[in-house]
Amino acid sequence: MLTVSGLLAACSASADSGKTQLTWYINPDSGGQAKVAANCSTDDYTITTQVLPQDANEQRIQLARRLAAHDSGIDIMSIDPPFTAEFANAGFLAPLPQDLQDKLTQQSFQGATDAATWDGKLVVAPFWSNTQVLWYRKSFVEKAGIDMSQPVTWDQIIDAASKNGGKVAVQANKYEGYVVWINALISGAGGELASDTEKGLDMKLEIDSKAGEDAAAVIEKLAHSSAAPADLSVAQEGQAGSTFGGPQGAFMVNWTYIYNSYEASNPGFNKDIGYTRYPQTVAGQESRPPYGGIGLGVSTYSDHVDEAMQAIECITSPENQEVNAEITGNMPASVAGYEANGNALQKTYPADLLKLFQESLDAAAPRTVTPYWSDISGGLQSTWHPPSSVSSSTPADSQKFIDDVLHGRSLL
Amino acid sequence: MSTTDAGAAAAPAAPPAKKRPVVSDRSRAENRLGQRLVLPAVIVMLLVTAWPMIQALYLSLFRYRLTTPDDKSFVGLSNYGTVLTDSLFWQDTLNTVIIMVVTVAVELVIGFAFAMVMHRIVFARGAIRTAILIPYGIITVVSAYAWQFAFSLNNGFVNAWFSWLPWISPDTNWFGSHWPAMFAIMVSEIWKTTPFMALLLLAGLSQVSEDMLEAAKVDGATWWQRLWKVILPNMRAAIMVAVLFRALDAFRIFDNIYVMTRGAQDTESSSFLTYRQVIQQFQLGLGSALSVLLFLTVLLLAWLIVRLFRVDLAQARGEA
Repeated sequence: MLTVSGLLAACSASADSGKTQLTWYINPDSGGQAKVAANCSTDDYTITTQVLPQDANEQRIQLARRLAAHDSGIDIMSIDPPFTAEFANAGFLAPLPQDLQDKLTQQSFQGATDAATWDGKLVVAPFWSNTQVLWYRKSFVEKAGIDMSQPVTWDQIIDAASKNGGKVAVQANKYEGYVVWINALISGAGGELASDTEKGLDMKLEIDSKAGEDAAAVIEKLAHSSAAPADLSVAQEGQAGSTFGGPQGAFMVNWTYIYNSYEASNPGFNKDIGYTRYPQTVAGQESRPPYGGIGLGVSTYSDHVDEAMQAIECITSPENQEVNAEITGNMPASVAGYEANGNALQKTYPADLLKLFQESLDAAAPRTVTPYWSDISGGLQSTWHPPSSVSSSTPADSQKFIDDVLHGRSLL
Repeated sequence: MSTTDAGAAAAPAAPPAKKRPVVSDRSRAENRLGQRLVLPAVIVMLLVTAWPMIQALYLSLFRYRLTTPDDKSFVGLSNYGTVLTDSLFWQDTLNTVIIMVVTVAVELVIGFAFAMVMHRIVFARGAIRTAILIPYGIITVVSAYAWQFAFSLNNGFVNAWFSWLPWISPDTNWFGSHWPAMFAIMVSEIWKTTPFMALLLLAGLSQVSEDMLEAAKVDGATWWQRLWKVILPNMRAAIMVAVLFRALDAFRIFDNIYVMTRGAQDTESSSFLTYRQVIQQFQLGLGSALSVLLFLTVLLLAWLIVRLFRVDLAQARGEA
């Protein structure tokens, strides 16, 4: 009874104040987005956050199902880049005003803009941009005698780890993170997963290519080498981090936020961490690091579209991108974000690491922007997992399978 | 020694000749009142059960994706054709059947042993019965996580405790290949639901007449003979109910797989495949076709089990 009367009192207080409540559905983080929501609340509206599931695909499912039911309870959404096109194509996203589009395009990294664009328009506001670099244990490379000042290839690090009793930690569980790796490997060999995506289901799949074979060769080599962690086929970001921090840790590809994740459990460990550009798939060919991040979309079915647009303009300001990065380790989507608030990020991250992040973002290869990304991703997960099953025939098999799935000839 | 089957002995010799019962005006009026009283409940039942089924049947005839609603088109039975000719559907059905057969068989044996313990125990009866039933009180998702941690390579105890076995080492990745992953899933399922099986069997066990057991003992029957010739035949209806419930339950297995492998290493079940099509891929047409097929399979399974045990459900309920 007390609770009910309390709730009623709260409701009436909110109604009396006449202040609009904007609900922002966020991916789980360590408090960055909640802090930014508080920063961007004004006298006219308050931004409250609702946390989505941890898994990117689960976030997509929850948002899409609510939006398909025209749920007006969602105003702003944090959307993972590969699902942006699907949401935009379904009409779930309110169009961004042209001046906001122009401002964001000018401000953001090219990779962030590419991932946020569908049908020639910026459909979400790039908020933070993540990329992966190659992390290595300084003590290990010293012992193994490897020169890390030059770009390295996957072959080199797998060989070095195998010969010296080290492990190469990657994300190869059956989930979106494994597709991030596959996409980076194929892009690094000069290929792409698909082109002509504007043709919808009739897009051109390009997995069955020389680049696809080069990517498969890397995965096959690692999976069958002694450098493969025992939990390779179930490893996500956290497990990869544990392997890297363990006694056999040597190399790891992982997102930017991993740098600060060891301090609490293993003080001083960061001194042994080195970092360099994502490994090359093909020697001499510049690597294309993965692109991740979050774009902010406004729901078509929101009752407060105008206020929500004002809110995302504030949230994606360089200052708030920096605030979020400082708390979560998820890096800004713009150069201005890296330099905001008096270069505050340099207090937490070494300057050369921040430079590496930005260089990597400039060279990053976003996953194919298509409304049918979940079919491509699911098809790759079905045919390339477990990593030990990957062979030179995998790219052709997966291309045929994904084509069948897209055209309703096969179950995914 | 012949089988002593109370159920068979009690079976009516021949159906009585049909005779139209005399119904008074009063009982006819009461019947009509009764029908009117249950009508709202029947309507609600139809709304919440029959309507979704009809909707699924209707949707299964369309190519329809939630995120591309404009592309909805009638495709007739083509979704059923796609499903039934796809190797993934048959692989997942096989997985489901394997999980169902193995878990129900193991649970039946262990559950019977537990039922015997719960039935015969003379000391700390309440405490022992409670201890046996605890796993069933735990939510399936929680038990699946517990077993996932147990089999985990990084922090599980299974590798450490059983590393003396020749095929288990500290580096054994249980979720790294098909059969070990299936084994882990089945262990978690068996641990969780054996108490339920034991509970159903205990109900059957308590109905076995002590007089018959006494008589068999006097006739010189061994423990083994009493079990096979007296106890089990008289528990046939209870065993059938237990196997039916658990088999249908096991056939719809989802939670353990979702938590432990997410279907990796070809460990998907039919329910998981349906979930992925409808919920993950938003393929409402194809997913509905799978749902309809799953429903029909469960129906077929129930019919087969009832036929196999040759038990009249009405008789098992004690109805005339």
